[in-house]
Amino acid sequence: MIAISNTGSQWASRRAFLRASVAVGGGLLLDFSMPAVFAAAKADTAAAAGTLNAFVQISNDGIVTIMSKNPEIGQGIKTMLPMLIAEELDVDWSSVRIEQALSDPARYGQQFAGGSRATPLNWDALRRVGAAARQMLVTAAAQTWSVPAAECATQSGKVLHTPSKRSMSYGRLASKAALLPPPDLASLPLKDPNDYKIIGKSVAGVDSPLVVTGQPLFGIDVTVPGMLYAVFAKSPVFGGTAVSANLDAIKSQPGIRDAFIVRGGAVFNGLASGVAIVATHWWLADKARDLLEVVWDEGATASQSTEGFARQAVQLSAQAPAAKVASEGDVIQALAASAKQLEAAYSYPFIAHATLEPQNCTAHVQDGKVEIWAPTQNPDAGRKIVAKTLGITDADVTIHMTRCGGGFGRRLMNDYMVEAAWISKQVGAPVKLLWNRQDDVQHDFYRPAGFHFFKAGLDSAGKLQAFKDHFVSFGENGKAASSADLNANEFPAKFVANVELGMSLMPLGVPTGPLRAPGSNGLAFVFQSFIDEIAHAAGQDPLQYRLALLGERRVVGSFDTGRMIDVLNLVGEKSAWGRRPPGKGSGMGIAFYYSHLGYFAEVVHATVGAGGRISVDKVWVVGDVGSQIINPTSAENQVQGAALDGIGEALGQVITLNNGRVVQRNFDDFLLLRMNQAPPVEVHFLKTDHPPTGLGEPALPPVLPALCNALFAATGVRIRSLPIDPKLLA
Amino acid sequence: MQYTIHVNGKAQGLEADPQMPLLWVLRDVLDLKGTKFGCGKSFCGACTVHLDGVPTRSCITPISAVGSAAVTTIEAIAATPAGRAVQKAWLAVDVVQCGYCQAGQIMSASALLAKKPKPTDEDIDQAMSGNICRCATYTRIRAAIKQAAGQPTLDTRDKFL
Repeated sequence: MIAISNTGSQWASRRAFLRASVAVGGGLLLDFSMPAVFAAAKADTAAAAGTLNAFVQISNDGIVTIMSKNPEIGQGIKTMLPMLIAEELDVDWSSVRIEQALSDPARYGQQFAGGSRATPLNWDALRRVGAAARQMLVTAAAQTWSVPAAECATQSGKVLHTPSKRSMSYGRLASKAALLPPPDLASLPLKDPNDYKIIGKSVAGVDSPLVVTGQPLFGIDVTVPGMLYAVFAKSPVFGGTAVSANLDAIKSQPGIRDAFIVRGGAVFNGLASGVAIVATHWWLADKARDLLEVVWDEGATASQSTEGFARQAVQLSAQAPAAKVASEGDVIQALAASAKQLEAAYSYPFIAHATLEPQNCTAHVQDGKVEIWAPTQNPDAGRKIVAKTLGITDADVTIHMTRCGGGFGRRLMNDYMVEAAWISKQVGAPVKLLWNRQDDVQHDFYRPAGFHFFKAGLDSAGKLQAFKDHFVSFGENGKAASSADLNANEFPAKFVANVELGMSLMPLGVPTGPLRAPGSNGLAFVFQSFIDEIAHAAGQDPLQYRLALLGERRVVGSFDTGRMIDVLNLVGEKSAWGRRPPGKGSGMGIAFYYSHLGYFAEVVHATVGAGGRISVDKVWVVGDVGSQIINPTSAENQVQGAALDGIGEALGQVITLNNGRVVQRNFDDFLLLRMNQAPPVEVHFLKTDHPPTGLGEPALPPVLPALCNALFAATGVRIRSLPIDPKLLA
Repeated sequence: MQYTIHVNGKAQGLEADPQMPLLWVLRDVLDLKGTKFGCGKSFCGACTVHLDGVPTRSCITPISAVGSAAVTTIEAIAATPAGRAVQKAWLAVDVVQCGYCQAGQIMSASALLAKKPKPTDEDIDQAMSGNICRCATYTRIRAAIKQAAGQPTLDTRDKFL
């Protein structure tokens, strides 16, 4: 499992970068004897093919092939990472062909889609990979012409020697360059950003022409000769095991090749117990499943329910927190001494990822090896689980990363991968496992619910003097469940003299995991909503109150208040904050949030009509993710999507547990945002002198509280629980 | 049962259970993988195809109900003027994120434009709200439909410009 930091301290990011460097381009910094990135160029055949390193190959006719190493889940990485290489290689984007790399961390370094990490981890490393290839081409040209390399320049896939007015295409130099020793990456000169021809220019998604014409790209589209299709029925209660099933009746159904019980293990992110049905066509397998009768041992969690958790949370909130996350000053005394006190209970529900492409995987186990085609965000972790479960070595698992029909964190887990491999092994044929939508909704790694019990104390000037949160979350033995944690830096913890953040944990037998902006997607809602309550209680403008809370421009931990102040001010300006006459039933709300190294402030304008009907009229977003927006069209798309995703969560999404089971089954009860609910989203980036950071996640968290704060401005009703109940606003 | 259906201008003979949804006939019998499975209950629109030009959820359309209707899928929508314009606009506006829903979106949008060459924002809401985009590329889908219609891409619902 990858460690994914919600807030990403500089130190964590630096360590992660160095780890990546070891495996990717920067490996050369440390290990000249066996640089994995360049190993391919050692073979004569590779040289003939113009293979300059693991990522770059240039054919005789000048076609540049760049390997894209990370899983594409819709974040645009298959286009963006090769842009970094192509820029420093100094080729025209139109001459570049992109290929999806296999999962091979020894060759490509870390390959995952998570934590908005691809940009910070690869910004430097992959530019150096491109620059190294360029340098080898320059050296090859200089040797060919017997001139000093320093006299040579490059432009659009050619090496130029200006003094003699000679030039030679990369295509003609590539075979020779491929035999040269790789240069020292650390000392390679990189381009002046002012000279960028690709970075910072909008590049359309490289797979889009195939997407709009319906070509097979996704995991679900994979076909392997002789392939069978499978469904896998798991216990409706998490962790339950299959005792017996009417397998003979199932096997007698049309097209069914096999049906069997999988005993499975106890780990959620591994092979679960269930019943596999294998057929000549997927629909026949799914149809036979309608007749499936299984006796389950439901295990220990069959009595869990959402209502029970909510009751338990209220009970726990009356006690002292089991653990203190942060403690500054004397919050009890400061509350007692305050001129005004506020108290509020907030909560958010479990929610599912609901990738539109349901979980699926095609696996072929043969001769003690397995070949896998999977939409996965985390292929190498999947390899390890598959190898362990099948009792083979990691090297015996080949993983092809297909395009993913959405990720959002769901495909960081590879449960479906190990299921497909296991079923293929059992039936001795290649198998495409596909979950139906109900499987997908009911067997997710959910964004954990959370319950926050806040208190705040203001002095007579309205200044926040005391802030207390008792967060009732999930976990055991003092350890929070995945994505159910709270850290000591949660704003406003370092910005108030008297603070207590405490936590109590409830045991949970339900799988949880990271959902786009994990942690932050719930915490932003509760903290930035309660801060809004505080601002209103102080009788102050919510934007000005936030600026006052942030205070001086300085760095607190890894959080740069100056960057946040600037995005807040800009979103105020762009949205004409405080300068719009309030319309009937309308209001504007503001919020900010720092996550995944990105600084975002957002304003929502919303109108509430008859019966509490909510219309989200517009969203303004200002973000600071550093000095470069590498691919502006994709960046704007990500940010608009993230903001709308958050609005969808706020308006409709909830997973309810009853009798240990998930109640929701499909998109009629797990509600995703639709066209008629989606407002215009205006996006601005503030470019600052910091290294570029990722964009998959950080635009999402602030939109939830900005929306709820807008609803308060419109109606005077404070939303303290998600999803928003329109009846409260009526 | 034996069926002959007309898919993308070609007669296709095949054998299938009468209840087998057109979606699975297209994907797993005829190997046309462009039409996508999202929910199996007509809630998400990923499986949208045209039957005689009418946008239809193939996941709940049994093969026995297709009859002599002309089935058009994403693989052949470029053969219609509206389909071609929509695909072109989709690329120009750079709509796609993950792309999984986009075949269905394009099929719904093409049907809309074939019927209403100059759709309003309300028309777009009505025609497109049955198609879920989990990445929420709605802003760009709206703009691309207008671009395909040769209209300004401005969102007329935006009162704040």
